[in-house]
Amino acid sequence: MKKKKKGWKELPIGLVTEPASSLEFETGDWRSEKPIWDEKKCTHCLICWIYCPDSAIIVKDGKVQGIDYRYCKGCGICAEECPPKIKAITMVREEK
Amino acid sequence: MIVARTGNEAMAEAMRQINPDVVAAYPITPATEVVQLFSSFVHDGLVDTEFVPAESEHSAISACAGAAAAGARVMTSTASQGLALMHEILFIAAGLRAPIVICLVNRSLSSPINIHCDHSDTLASRDAGWIQIYAENAQEAYDTTIQAVKIAEEALLPALVTTDAFIISHGMERVELVDDKAVPKFLGERKVKHSLLDVDNPVTLGPLDLQDYFFEHKRSEIDAMNHVLPTIEKVQKEYGDKFGRYYSTVEEYKLDDADVAILAMGSTAGTAKVAVERLREQGKKVGLIRSRVYRPFPQTAMLKAMTKVKVVGIMDRADTLSTLGGHLYTECRSILYDADNRPLLKNYIYGLGGRDISIEEIEAMYDELLTIQKSGQVDKNIVYYGVRGE
Repeated sequence: MKKKKKGWKELPIGLVTEPASSLEFETGDWRSEKPIWDEKKCTHCLICWIYCPDSAIIVKDGKVQGIDYRYCKGCGICAEECPPKIKAITMVREEK
Repeated sequence: MIVARTGNEAMAEAMRQINPDVVAAYPITPATEVVQLFSSFVHDGLVDTEFVPAESEHSAISACAGAAAAGARVMTSTASQGLALMHEILFIAAGLRAPIVICLVNRSLSSPINIHCDHSDTLASRDAGWIQIYAENAQEAYDTTIQAVKIAEEALLPALVTTDAFIISHGMERVELVDDKAVPKFLGERKVKHSLLDVDNPVTLGPLDLQDYFFEHKRSEIDAMNHVLPTIEKVQKEYGDKFGRYYSTVEEYKLDDADVAILAMGSTAGTAKVAVERLREQGKKVGLIRSRVYRPFPQTAMLKAMTKVKVVGIMDRADTLSTLGGHLYTECRSILYDADNRPLLKNYIYGLGGRDISIEEIEAMYDELLTIQKSGQVDKNIVYYGVRGE
């Protein structure tokens, strides 16, 4: 459910907003290609986690858990940086 | 205290008494003495200001915007090219509702390169969302600098206080200073709703604002400007009640029984007052309108003043280069569209690049306006006054 957008009189004065509001800005719908993570191939080297510009690699206790598609823009950096011998991440067209 | 001060010194004295939290500045050519004088006050320990010597005017105003957002009382000073270099950040400061005050000396914008007076610099920034007040003399520059801090902070919009280069900025005049202690008392502490330094209540300031909210934020800024004039009038009155010098957004001089009037801004209004006096001695019914406040445009007061006479000669010390004439002329024509008793208008573009304007030239303008009143016709709406080759 989308929130009703505010009119100008309801806005705080001077371009001020609550902190960390970018969390509400889900950029996943920008994606044209989607990274698919293969749990079996992954060695949990965390290179993808380091490189991801959107902090969209979900990691728990030092292990990759998956990809946060709410924010992943599909840039493909994770797939590119995943070591060539491992290739645990592949990009596929969104519509597939 | 009565002292002899140049316009620059008078503005610097006002800054000393205001004792702003932050002043960030850069002396681009043509710089003014205002911040140089102020920096000596910093050096001498006469103020508590954090003085930031930036590496450009763009950086200086950026530092001002950041400091104002953090909750500080912030001032700076610049002129012509310096204001042009600040242009990008002027809009951002206004959008952030950062109440910065700039003590500005009006100097021609290049090209050709020139350091003398016209109003092309501040008029080019008229749409930036800043309050603009044009002083007629050093006394008014001093008084208005103090008022501007209060106006800006109450309106939550930045403000420019201007003086004409050399004519006011370097001309020494009798200036009456308010007591040092009275100024901070008049201004009080700046109250802020949000401060960037308040780590317990963090806020995001100036985020990306796309199709879904940009328009709403801009609309809110426009609304703020719509409410500034009453704030200016209130502060002018408070200042007058306290210190004895009263100002109005639009000054009327010998206008009530006048047939024709000149409308001018800045020091030229002072020259025109002498012309009015001389012509009145000859029995000619002439008056003067001075636009002290230019942004927001004081529409109601201006209409009231202009419709008192049959002909108004509008003196613009800059041209819009739009083929429509000067800034005051185009805007006054616009507000007169719906008015009954529209006066005839003639636009005099004058004094560009500091070209002197004399009392005699203004007297000749008045005589021309009186001729127009008799004939009821303006043969040429826009003239370039005092330029060779016309």
